[in-house]
Amino acid sequence: MKHASKIYTALVMLFLFAPIAILVVFSFNEAKSLSVFSGFSFHWYRELLRDNETLISVRNTLLLAVSAALISTVMGTAAAVGMNSLRRKYLRAALDSVTNIPMINPDIITGISLMLMFVYVGRMFGMATSLNFGTLLIAHATFCLPYVILQVLPKLQQMDKALPEAAMDLGCTPLQAFLQVEVPEIMPGIITGMIMAFTMSLDDFVISYFTTGNGFQTLPIRIYNMTKKTVTPKMYALATIIFFVILTMLLVTNLRGDEDSRELKRRRRAARAAAKTEKKLKKEGNEK
Amino acid sequence: MKNTKTGARKNLTEFFTLTPYSIWAVLFILVPLVFIAYYAFTDNSYSFTLDNISRFFNATSTVTENGVEREIHTYLVIFFRSLKLAAISTVICLVCGYPMALIMARSSGKTQSILLTSIMIPMWMNFLIRTYAWMTILQDTGILNSFLAKLGISPVHIIGTESAVLIGMVYDYFPYMIMPIYSVLAKMDTRLIEAAQDLGCNNAKVFSSVIFPLSLPGVMSGITMVLIPSISTFYISQKLGNGKFYLIGDAIEGQYVANNLHFAAAIAFILMVILLVVMAVLQRFANSKAVA
Repeated sequence: MKHASKIYTALVMLFLFAPIAILVVFSFNEAKSLSVFSGFSFHWYRELLRDNETLISVRNTLLLAVSAALISTVMGTAAAVGMNSLRRKYLRAALDSVTNIPMINPDIITGISLMLMFVYVGRMFGMATSLNFGTLLIAHATFCLPYVILQVLPKLQQMDKALPEAAMDLGCTPLQAFLQVEVPEIMPGIITGMIMAFTMSLDDFVISYFTTGNGFQTLPIRIYNMTKKTVTPKMYALATIIFFVILTMLLVTNLRGDEDSRELKRRRRAARAAAKTEKKLKKEGNEK
Repeated sequence: MKNTKTGARKNLTEFFTLTPYSIWAVLFILVPLVFIAYYAFTDNSYSFTLDNISRFFNATSTVTENGVEREIHTYLVIFFRSLKLAAISTVICLVCGYPMALIMARSSGKTQSILLTSIMIPMWMNFLIRTYAWMTILQDTGILNSFLAKLGISPVHIIGTESAVLIGMVYDYFPYMIMPIYSVLAKMDTRLIEAAQDLGCNNAKVFSSVIFPLSLPGVMSGITMVLIPSISTFYISQKLGNGKFYLIGDAIEGQYVANNLHFAAAIAFILMVILLVVMAVLQRFANSKAVA
């Protein structure tokens, strides 16, 4: 990298990380001040662990994200399989467009539209409030579905179509062929889709804000409610924990990626060596 | 006979795999959108009205600016402010993000993955936290001003201005501009660049007639990924603009909190229509560029 690029990169990194660094530093502040650092302490972390509402919201968020990821992964994978084998072009085009809607629409439109429908249906049945964990889960599964479908579809297109047919010729039932041959082939797409669905659900605030009710708080909603009033460094302690969880997760996945490529290199080297030996053996055989 | 059997099986598979998703998509993607239109054009007793839409265009309020009272169109002002701030933040993200994407795409494997991870970390932090961090920095008694005081520079007043809202928007959506541009640049065939150089192009010419045109798909998706959330955002201006610079998202949220669902739906409906127009214009622009 040239000097100019290095300086520019440093400036961008400063811009991206200075605010996060400030949160981390002030989460260890002894005093309540958010601009003067008076001494190191874990005071605000202890406060956070005593905050029941926040702890419940963490549990809620995980419960919601796991359920939404499971629902969207199962339904999305099935939908991708169906869409991939669909021959009627107009149907396929219609499904593709509908799948794109939640990704293009701003979150606030998705949130408002679902909320209006839930409220209307709720009123039809004479309920004062129809928003609860169920409506939140429906909303999350809905905006997670396109991510799963778009991860699984390309894997299906890459797959050799002869594989499931061969399995069936060898006596598998269609269901067996699907579960034992197709699913392992498209597994990487399913896993990536599920992880994406899980993280999208964890991170969502806007759609949750409009579709939750009955006091069911997710972590982002809890953060929103915390920042409505004057904030104590307790929120910073929470942000710091979130930051380190994300950092660890990203580093682990990246390191695993490195290992994968190392494994790939090792295998390639082994294959090259094997080819060489084979050639040598052939040559020797010819000489004999 | 075998063909009809596989055909029937295929139809059966299609039926079982597609039915749940199709029903779900109709119920929870399409029908809710119809509900926005339905609420937008009805009053509290669900009878047809254009009042909500006309309220958006005609409602006025008085503001006092420098001691002078002025009548303004409440929602039109909010609407054009959203459009203006979103456009400015998109341009800033593009101008500052493109070089970063280029640097990333050009760097070696190890540096590239470190930079990529670094860009992704802030993306994964919740945007509420990111926005709030800037509130801490920009406050009148915040970190920026105590830092300036140490350097002997007089304090600056940023919080509660349009610039503060802009800083928040740029910070929140900056990585979303870099990522798509980077992924297009990283996949670009370097032989094209070498060919242009061999044919006598200087660096500026290589950029303007090879690299940039080829990266347009990435630029376009970067623009949509920044423009759409920044037009429709709420919270950022509430926190960094001290509630003085309401944006269209804040207007929708405000009406929702006040339980004026019909008017909230009307604003959302207008936002949807405008976004469709913006997307169509962007698409047309991209197509004409691609042809040229």
